[in-house]
Amino acid sequence: MLQVVLFNLTNGLIVGAFYVLMALGLSLIINLSNVVNFAHGNFLALGGYFAFTLTPYIGFWGALLISPVVTAVVGYVIEQLLIRHVYARNHIYSLLLTFGLGFILQDTCRYFWGPSPLPLSIPSSLSTPVTPDLFFITWYRVFMVVVVIVAVSGLFALLRYTRVGMRIRAGTLDLDTVSALGVNVAALRSYNFAVGSYLAGLAGVLAAGQIGLNPNMGDDLLMPSFIAIIVGGVGSLTGTLLGGLLIGVAAALTTVVLPSAAEAVIYVIMAIVLLLRPRGLLGEEGMLS
Amino acid sequence: MNGILRHRYAATVIIWALLLTVPVWLPLFGGYTALAGRILVFALAAMGFNLLLGFTGVMSFGHAAYFGLGAYGCGLFLKYVMASTWLGILAGMLLGGVAGTLFGLLLVRRRGVYFAMVTIAFGQVCFYIAYKWDDFTGGYDGLRGFARVPLDFGAFKIDILNNSTAFYFFILAIFGAAAALQALLLRSPFGRTLLAIRENERRARFLGIPIERHIWLSFSISCFFTALAGSLYALLNNFADPLGLNYIMSGNIVMITVMGGMRAFWGPLVGAVLFVALQDYVSSMTTNWMFFVGLTFVLVVLFFPRGLMGMLQRKADA
Repeated sequence: MLQVVLFNLTNGLIVGAFYVLMALGLSLIINLSNVVNFAHGNFLALGGYFAFTLTPYIGFWGALLISPVVTAVVGYVIEQLLIRHVYARNHIYSLLLTFGLGFILQDTCRYFWGPSPLPLSIPSSLSTPVTPDLFFITWYRVFMVVVVIVAVSGLFALLRYTRVGMRIRAGTLDLDTVSALGVNVAALRSYNFAVGSYLAGLAGVLAAGQIGLNPNMGDDLLMPSFIAIIVGGVGSLTGTLLGGLLIGVAAALTTVVLPSAAEAVIYVIMAIVLLLRPRGLLGEEGMLS
Repeated sequence: MNGILRHRYAATVIIWALLLTVPVWLPLFGGYTALAGRILVFALAAMGFNLLLGFTGVMSFGHAAYFGLGAYGCGLFLKYVMASTWLGILAGMLLGGVAGTLFGLLLVRRRGVYFAMVTIAFGQVCFYIAYKWDDFTGGYDGLRGFARVPLDFGAFKIDILNNSTAFYFFILAIFGAAAALQALLLRSPFGRTLLAIRENERRARFLGIPIERHIWLSFSISCFFTALAGSLYALLNNFADPLGLNYIMSGNIVMITVMGGMRAFWGPLVGAVLFVALQDYVSSMTTNWMFFVGLTFVLVVLFFPRGLMGMLQRKADA
């Protein structure tokens, strides 16, 4: 029994870590640009596929470094070409735009890499279990959690200590004032979108090493990421972090008791939060409402 | 003003003339009558949605939930309770409409992105329930094992099961009744109030209009219309599909509305014609249909945000 609980707990933490990476990127973009990026899961897939193509040349470690950067560049370009045109318009347009973009990116992956699942080879040192007793905890799983911790710490450090990061935080609170103080808001939003895409790409590489690649691999992660943001509170990145871990672990622990309700519990948590605390766990009152 | 009015009546007359003669002219273009039925169903779903988006100024990205609940409500009723087309439609409409009314209570205080995200998430709840509850809903394969029943008016019978033309006119009659009801609603003081909220919510609030209650009612009515469309969809296919509940369906409903023109009464119908024709054509031409449908979404948003009717109206006004 202890093994089962432990197995599901580690599973939950890992799944939660993925939700966190996805949701933080989405959350950054929502906070600064008011755009819910429906194509975020497709950026995740792109990150994974880039890693697949790069691995033969630069190995897994090189791909882990480069592939998210390439994804960020793609995100930057797409923001410049398409998404910035709808910032000033009704939200329905940005939703439709990114929704259509998701279709395009998914079919693009299918066109270049084929519709069938592909494996991403990981170094053999990572695929062995940590101890024979707990066979399910491979080094890769430990490694994933470490990478997520590093990435999230890096993001929070970026936001806290760099000039761009401070501007992003300030823009989340009051974009008009930031603009009036002479900050180029359009450029700021582009960088911000690139950072969000970077996180999605990173999640994509990590996920590909664990579950392999397919063109719609990001779809299953998109909805839980939305819910992580709603539960944590729109406008708060710490809230998103908390929300992602919470629903990941809750879903995994539910699996122990009642496997078929694992996904349902995510929605139940959301409904409870909305009923008792509509702004989300750490959301500010009045933010985006 | 008079000119514009005459213009609008002319559009209505032309649209009805075309709709009533579909079985005559559609085959000439290589279409089939079931295709026209599909267009009407999507048009009705989008029309219900447009009460919210176009005429109240509130968006939802989760209307597939009510569409799908309508379909499942109708299918489950026909399968497990009683084989009656009318009661099946009513059951579907009630299931979707009541669910929407309850969800609406949780939603009304939210706006903007937050509102959209919560509607998406609620939509997915219904998708998961239908997907997971295999024994009752058929799970991934969808709900089968029911069929629409010929209408019995005592003195005469209409065989909507086997006669596809009769079934088309059945859908058209319901569509017409729903459209008339919505037109009446928009002309009523309630409808005018919704327009006022759309134009300037803060001002409407200062005038003492209870905004939340109006948005809730609009959401609820909109869900009833969309659920009605869902019921008809189940009858059209004799099948309820879990994908009808998925957020992709929600996106399609929004797209149909925007494509046709969300500020125009007939916009959703025009949008449904464009959308169904495009989807049918592209998926018969290439397996990469997602790319082209997605591209259409992007192009419409960037270059034709007013939709076809919006562009025509603008031209007529100029």
